Amino acid sequence: MSLEAPSATSNDKNAEPQGKAFTLALVGAPNAGKTTLFNGLTGGRAKIANYPGVTVEMREGRFTTPEGRKIIVQDLPGIHGLSGRSTDARIALNAIRGEIGKTPDLLLVLIDAPNLHSHLQFAFQIRSLGLPMIVVLNMIDLAKRDGVEIDLAALEKSLGVPVVATSAPRKAGRAALVAAIDAALPDLAQVTPDKDTEHSLRDFQIQARQLSARAVTAEPGMHRLTRTLDAILLHPFFGFVTFLAILFLVFQAVYAWAEWPMGVMDGAITALSGGLRGILPDNWIESLLVDGIIAGVGSVVIFLPQILVLFFFILIMEMSGYMARAAFLMDELMLRVGLNGRAFIPLLSSFACAIPGIMAARVMESERDRLTTIMIAPLMTCSARIPVYILIIGAFIPASNVGPFGLQGLVMFALYVAGIVSAVIVAFVFRRILGRGGEQPLMMELPSYKMPQLRDLLVGLWSRAKIFLRRAGTVIFTVSIVLWFLVSYPGNDLRSSFAGMIGRVIEPIFKPLGFNLEIVIALVPGMAAREVAVGALGTVYAIDGATETSEGLYAALQAGWSLPTALAFLAWYVYAPQCISTLAVVRRETNSWARMWGMTAYLFALAWFAAFITYRVALALLG
Amino acid sequence: MSRLHSLKRGQKARIRAFHGDSTTEEALREIGFAEGDEVELLERGLVNGSPLSIRLDRTILALRKSEAACIEIEAD
Ligand SMILES: Nc1nc2c(ncn2[C@@H]2O[C@H](COP(=O)(O)OP(=O)(O)OP(=O)(O)O)[C@@H](O)[C@H]2O)c(=O)[nH]1
Ligand SMILES: [Mg+2]
Repeated sequence: MSLEAPSATSNDKNAEPQGKAFTLALVGAPNAGKTTLFNGLTGGRAKIANYPGVTVEMREGRFTTPEGRKIIVQDLPGIHGLSGRSTDARIALNAIRGEIGKTPDLLLVLIDAPNLHSHLQFAFQIRSLGLPMIVVLNMIDLAKRDGVEIDLAALEKSLGVPVVATSAPRKAGRAALVAAIDAALPDLAQVTPDKDTEHSLRDFQIQARQLSARAVTAEPGMHRLTRTLDAILLHPFFGFVTFLAILFLVFQAVYAWAEWPMGVMDGAITALSGGLRGILPDNWIESLLVDGIIAGVGSVVIFLPQILVLFFFILIMEMSGYMARAAFLMDELMLRVGLNGRAFIPLLSSFACAIPGIMAARVMESERDRLTTIMIAPLMTCSARIPVYILIIGAFIPASNVGPFGLQGLVMFALYVAGIVSAVIVAFVFRRILGRGGEQPLMMELPSYKMPQLRDLLVGLWSRAKIFLRRAGTVIFTVSIVLWFLVSYPGNDLRSSFAGMIGRVIEPIFKPLGFNLEIVIALVPGMAAREVAVGALGTVYAIDGATETSEGLYAALQAGWSLPTALAFLAWYVYAPQCISTLAVVRRETNSWARMWGMTAYLFALAWFAAFITYRVALALLG
Repeated sequence: MSRLHSLKRGQKARIRAFHGDSTTEEALREIGFAEGDEVELLERGLVNGSPLSIRLDRTILALRKSEAACIEIEAD
């Protein structure tokens, strides 16, 4: 993610050593706009959102100043002070103290300008480290909009460091900032550490308040829109109603809005394979292309619209400022089940994908709560499960209505709820196992509402689409080819193929769940990522010759599976840890193989029993 | 001696002192609370009156009831 930014011509007339790159670190409170500025300076596309705790790892990018200096910029997680109680804060502090790599040459200290009164103390705290620094008053556009006026010269004089005002998403102030960087870098050696007497946080607060009283020349009340919106969205009753309404809307949208583009893509893929069958001679190449690759990759790619609709809503919630409000609403309820509101954001992110969710748990100060959050993150229905659920529901659940609701949507909803309810129970158990570990405080800033930027929204959607399509193009593509080979040879039917031989070894484990050989074969490559199983089913049934009808995979599944089998398969997917990348991240974030295997084991056990019970109950009820 | 969590919606007060353990005090100070600051209770949660959203100057902060109880206030 370190794109070289286009920069002015470099005129190397400086006496500084050639080629030496300076390191700049971006420090500031969570949500001060560090990543936005980082992207602006380096041309990067790191994730930006309007809630505290978006960035949880260090990221480096490069640019060249107009005077030709090579700069390495480090984007860091946000910190409120120098104590480092959470994992992400320790990452930031280690970086600026030079405990990983060398100490940065210059700090860019971002201060939230519209909230100067409560944020200025951060500049005093950082100054006490004695590192060269420039204070960046970011979000100056919002300060102006609200009528907050700040005397930069007074700040500069008192702090004794350069002060620049910027508006990170736009160019405003960036030239002045880069000029200040160019001006500051040659004198670095002359900066002497501030070795005054030891200051307490209280001293910094007093100094900061005295200075902000002088430097803020006009200060109206808080952002009016934010206050009005909060009166509704945080209202004890209407706040909850709105929250549930939003979740319902997202759910409906994922299910209903994506139907049309999905149909179009499905039609295009059917036409493509039909066309290829017409052109190509009837040999193994045709089979590899049509039954292997197109059936495999195509059956997954058609779910792209659903996934984009889901991400669209998650991005809007993240960018508007609603995410922190949702955490507020959920805090007390989550406390009652042994979690807390701070776990809400990582868990909600896990509905997109468990990996960023697990990493976002770094903002938690309580290690016990962080581990609990990581352990239950995979129970949130991630977007990779959408293809599996929709495929099976579409094939087996009639599109009839129950009252005002569609039955298919209700089943989907039930699967999401099953995940959430299980997460609550598992969290309860894990907290018992992990014992006491300190209560995770809520204590967070609720940012002012911001209009989502179209560019950030498109960048966010595109990066998700890219991940999904890349996976389809690489993992699923490869799996399709390999599986096509293993299923097609040596024998003529599935049982006598290589895949069948492998599948038969593990088949007994899945027999009690009602899984047939095709399912067992699809589950194995499905370990790579959940949606791969859909691609694998596509390939397996295409080679069986069952999908040559226009109904395709749906018809093949309906013919090959009983309803209890289908339901058991759904239950399996609520729990099964069918994603190697998630397990790898759990291993890294918990720094423990035992925890990773523990998670794998508990999820497989839950998956097996859930599928078993579902199958047996369904068999008994349906005869 | 009243504490921040006892404010009613729309009521304002000034911070007088911090109570509770040192970690909580440090966290409260780091996020921006200081003696003499004006605070206003904006909203509070349905269950148990927790959490609270508090205006501190132009900033809004969310505190759990137990956290707000560590801040002693005086009428403005
Ligand atoms: N209007 C305006 N919005 C800004 C400005 N800078 C940042 N933002 C918005 O503020 C929010 C936070 O920006 P980020 O860059 O993610 O903040 P961050 O400091 O990296 O936050 P963490 O990673 O959580 O520490 C986003 O919604 C940005 O679009 C600014 O100068 N003006
Ligand atoms: Mg960031």
